[in-house]
Amino acid sequence: MSSQIMIEANHLTKYYGDFPAITDVSFAAQKGEILGFLGPNAAGKTTTMRILTGYMPPSSGTASIAGYDVVSQSLEARRHVGYLPETVPLYTDMRVKDYLRFMGTIRGMQTKVIKRRIDEVVQLCHLEEYYVAYISKLSKGFRQRVGIAQAVFHEPDVLVLDEPTIGIDPIQVVETRQLIKGLGGERTILLSSHILPEVSMICQRVIIIHEGEIVAVDTPQSLAEHLEGTERVQLEITGPVSQVVRVLRGIPGVQDVSFTDTGDRHGTYAVISKRGSEMRANLAKAIVEQGWGLLRLEPLSLSLEEIFLRLTTTEEAK
Amino acid sequence: MRSILSIAYKELSVYFSSPMAYVISGVFLALTGVFFSDSVDQPFADASVRGLMRSTVFFIMPLIPPIMTMRLLAEEQKLGTLELLLTAPVRDYEVVIGKFLASFLILSATVLLTFFYVLILMYYSAPDMGPVLSGYLGLLLYCTTTLSIGLLASSLTGNQIVSATVGFGVILLFTFIGNLAAVVGGSAAVVLQHISLTGHFDPFARGVVDTGHILYYLVMTAAFLFLTIRSVESRRWR
Ligand SMILES: Nc1ncnc2c1ncn2[C@@H]1O[C@H](COP(=O)(O)OP(=O)(O)O)[C@@H](O)[C@H]1O
Ligand SMILES: [Mg+2]
Repeated sequence: MSSQIMIEANHLTKYYGDFPAITDVSFAAQKGEILGFLGPNAAGKTTTMRILTGYMPPSSGTASIAGYDVVSQSLEARRHVGYLPETVPLYTDMRVKDYLRFMGTIRGMQTKVIKRRIDEVVQLCHLEEYYVAYISKLSKGFRQRVGIAQAVFHEPDVLVLDEPTIGIDPIQVVETRQLIKGLGGERTILLSSHILPEVSMICQRVIIIHEGEIVAVDTPQSLAEHLEGTERVQLEITGPVSQVVRVLRGIPGVQDVSFTDTGDRHGTYAVISKRGSEMRANLAKAIVEQGWGLLRLEPLSLSLEEIFLRLTTTEEAK
Repeated sequence: MRSILSIAYKELSVYFSSPMAYVISGVFLALTGVFFSDSVDQPFADASVRGLMRSTVFFIMPLIPPIMTMRLLAEEQKLGTLELLLTAPVRDYEVVIGKFLASFLILSATVLLTFFYVLILMYYSAPDMGPVLSGYLGLLLYCTTTLSIGLLASSLTGNQIVSATVGFGVILLFTFIGNLAAVVGGSAAVVLQHISLTGHFDPFARGVVDTGHILYYLVMTAAFLFLTIRSVESRRWR
């Protein structure tokens, strides 16, 4: 993998009237990277993506796709992007194949190439049974696939996918995620989502955006590790629940304890505590001293979900 | 250029895959048929299509062009596909011109079908072909302007009915604005006469081909297409 930068955002700011939808957003994606763009609703994901795809210019800052500035070399930049907007825009009164053909022609593809690509993307996106069907007859999940098919149709270097699994049923969500994962490789993908497991499953690196500002950029794993030096330990303990919780809370360094009833005679406890093996030894000692059974002690990394909750809560606390 | 043609081609296939093209041509031909028989079914009637053309301009042109264009940009906004078009490597003006071209091809083909009535005249008598041909030139120019007004209306809204209604209103205004001239008088009257769509059409129907009148329709069309392009562009700034 070369270290060519395929997506670059430099200090992007976008105002809608007086309201700043994004402020000073900067990041870059290398060739072949799948970059997650994570944030709750109204964080500014769509706004950033619309700037990157040349739909609208930023109020200030610059951005480039494959080295082409999205404002001053807009057409060239747009040639290198495949874009799936959040709304999955489709001409519902067209057949799938005609829609794909049209998307090919407006991207300047040759008729012969279009023919070949229709076969390829239909297979890639599993649309074999539907490619002569009218788009209006397709379910949401299949429409999503048609949307992805048009985004990859011209074999772009960069794919920008805005919340591609929103509003489709769970089975199709799984299939769509696999499909997206398979699209990586040579291609650079920017994938926005407000669903954390999705991003950690698909992406190598995550940008977290909140209220229009980037609050963290890292791999899903090291984001978890670096977070405030805390870790989560899962324990299985036999003993009276209320007492166990009280004792665990009393151990210095423990920040939070929660109990999940597993239905057996013992329970599972999740402890958020200071990081380190010493801490875990202290936990074990305290439990054994009480005469309870310690069936399991396992350090877990924090899930992205929690990181995210933290990031957003610390933001709110400001 | 290729982008313009692909957009025009796509719009043409949508016209023909829906009843739209057939209904419009059918209604157009039925109405002009009525105008035609009305104009020849009179004592001492001319062997001309002047009456037919004048009625077409007053009664069909305010209505049919905005109906033909109402979908073109309004639907793109409603479906969100405008976002795809505006992020494809296509210039905004290519989108607008492509759509305009498609609507013009259908409408002009329909207009030219009415040449059938001229053939009927030729069978029974010898109509003066000068005014006939200049009249058709005028009609085609008239189509370009009314379609560009309709397209502008379509760019302003995501609602097709609103689009057609606005287009209809604006064309109607430009159709009858000359009649206001008599009311206001003075130099304002001259201006009103000058921008009236119908005022510039009469010479064509009488067999006069004047570059001034040709230019009027072309400039009007260019102006409305320009406004349409600006209106599409403005979607990027909202
Ligand atoms: N066209 C617009 N006009 C005005 N405000 C907008 C517009 N689009 C988005 N916003 C606002 O900008 C903020 C960011 O929106 P958006 O980029 O759509 O966020 P996300 O995609 O992360 O949900 C939101 O507060 C939203 O209300
Ligand atoms: Mg969004």
